[in-house]
Amino acid sequence: MTPVATPFFFYLLAGTMIIGGILVITRKNAVHSALALITTLLAQAGIYLMLYAPFVAGVQIILYAGGIMVLFLFVIMLINLERSQKERQFNKQWLVGIAAATALGGLFITVYTKGKALFPGSAASYVEEQNTQNIASLLFDRSQGMYMFSFEIASLLLLVAIIGAVVMAKKRI
Amino acid sequence: MQPLIDYITSYLSSDKTPGAAGNFFWATVYVLLVFAGLSVAVICMNWLERKILAHMQVRLGPMRVGPHGLLQPIADALKLLLKEDIIPSEADALVFWVAPFIVVLAAFTVFVVVPFGPTHAITDMNIGILFMLGVSSLSVLGIVTAGWASNSHYPLMGALRSSAQMVSYEVAMGLAVVSVILMTSLNAQGTGTLSMIGIVNAQMAQGEWFVFKFFPLGLIGFFIFAVAMVAETNRAPFDLPEAESELTAGFHTEYSGFRWSLFFLAEYSAMIAVSSIAVTLWLGGWLRPFPNWLSGSTWDLVFSLFPGLTFVFLAGMCFYNVARMPKHPLFKIQTMGLAGFGALLGLIGLALFVPAVRDRVGDIFWFAAKVAGFMYLYIWYRGTFPRYRFDQLMKMGWKVLLPMGLGLLILTATTAFLEPSVEDWLRRIL
Repeated sequence: MTPVATPFFFYLLAGTMIIGGILVITRKNAVHSALALITTLLAQAGIYLMLYAPFVAGVQIILYAGGIMVLFLFVIMLINLERSQKERQFNKQWLVGIAAATALGGLFITVYTKGKALFPGSAASYVEEQNTQNIASLLFDRSQGMYMFSFEIASLLLLVAIIGAVVMAKKRI
Repeated sequence: MQPLIDYITSYLSSDKTPGAAGNFFWATVYVLLVFAGLSVAVICMNWLERKILAHMQVRLGPMRVGPHGLLQPIADALKLLLKEDIIPSEADALVFWVAPFIVVLAAFTVFVVVPFGPTHAITDMNIGILFMLGVSSLSVLGIVTAGWASNSHYPLMGALRSSAQMVSYEVAMGLAVVSVILMTSLNAQGTGTLSMIGIVNAQMAQGEWFVFKFFPLGLIGFFIFAVAMVAETNRAPFDLPEAESELTAGFHTEYSGFRWSLFFLAEYSAMIAVSSIAVTLWLGGWLRPFPNWLSGSTWDLVFSLFPGLTFVFLAGMCFYNVARMPKHPLFKIQTMGLAGFGALLGLIGLALFVPAVRDRVGDIFWFAAKVAGFMYLYIWYRGTFPRYRFDQLMKMGWKVLLPMGLGLLILTATTAFLEPSVEDWLRRIL
């Protein structure tokens, strides 16, 4: 069976992501921006699939495209769109912006031209059928489960954020 | 020519799904079959819902178009295709245009992993159930954008209600699903699976459907899912997004003609999709009922006759009604049509008795029969329960189903962990 991870799909997905990303910051209408962001996130899920990480792709679709973006849209629809459409989109920080973009672009070009030593010579072969099980054993296995602690810390951080949001939103609890 | 034929026939001896075997031809055939079957199921569902609901309310329902209104769905489809397609002048035309397609795509794409049988699925994914939940959760995006793009008050209200409702019930649904995935890991290797075919195989290996597993834990999980799936598909009694007494038609108020029919199609295929998740996870998917109690080759034979018997029974109903038709000349064409339909059903039924066909469609029949049970429940709910108020709906989701789901998950995990040692202990003292 031929692999799906052909360059054609990579360029298609990457192109979709870049166009979507540009649309997110150039659209005046916030709902259009949100829809472009959803396209970007879905294309990103496709990239995860190409990296033989179906579990991450599935979680990306459920959490970002199906959960968080729905809440984004929910909030955008409650605010007044007419006023935000009349406002100017960009504030005058283009000097800083150009500096940051040059630095990031320079970093990318350096890594692309000289970073071959950073990567292993041959790609490791991943068994797609056991991706979910591998993630689980990385997290929970007694002998090789080394990411449990960081995972729990991240979830604690999210819990703190949720409680903080409730405290700030409610005057009286 | 020969290599092509070899390519096509090479799959026939395989015991995998066409997607897993990597056979492009058969995958396309399966996609077309599933699409056609789904469309027919939606048409049947349209007629059955109106008929059953009518009989529950002591009415007759559609009676004019064809015998007992059998041709009513076709007449409706024609009407919808011929209607003017209106886009409100103040609407956001592009988003308004895209929204129905998002909903339809999300509703149909999930059927890629639905296992109608051990080999009768388009493909089997390692993340099957995750894929189904994820893609079906995308349909809420279509509903929200449809409501917003209409640029009108009622659709916007409907869209906001819908997004709040679907996001809330997804949480409880996910917890119930996780408890099932825990149950699949009760084997020698101790590894569970997210693949839809793998989940049914786990039920077969453990010798019981997960709805009866760890009684009553499996049943509670099934109950949570059965409530949440009605809310997820925006059906009565949770149909607040399209509550006609408050919001005319909710998020699709401004849609007409073909675009409206896309929403209709998506709603019904989403109902079938979540029902098939429930059937796969708790009711043993394609497995026939009573595998332990009525086991043996005799019972296997008896149960394999059911698909044919069902169609023969339907044909018998048709012929009974042909006999009951009024003898007036005006009803002549209708009577002949019904007799022809009965003959067609009878022929299908007879074809299903052929041993070669019988062995191949048995699993599809049991899967479809279980899903049909859920479809009847949907209609029954609509005919029985009054609509919830929105605060009641939110309370139900967050204060009843979510704590229940969390407790269920903890109890299932504890039971699965302790079960071997408890069994050991019982064996020692008895």
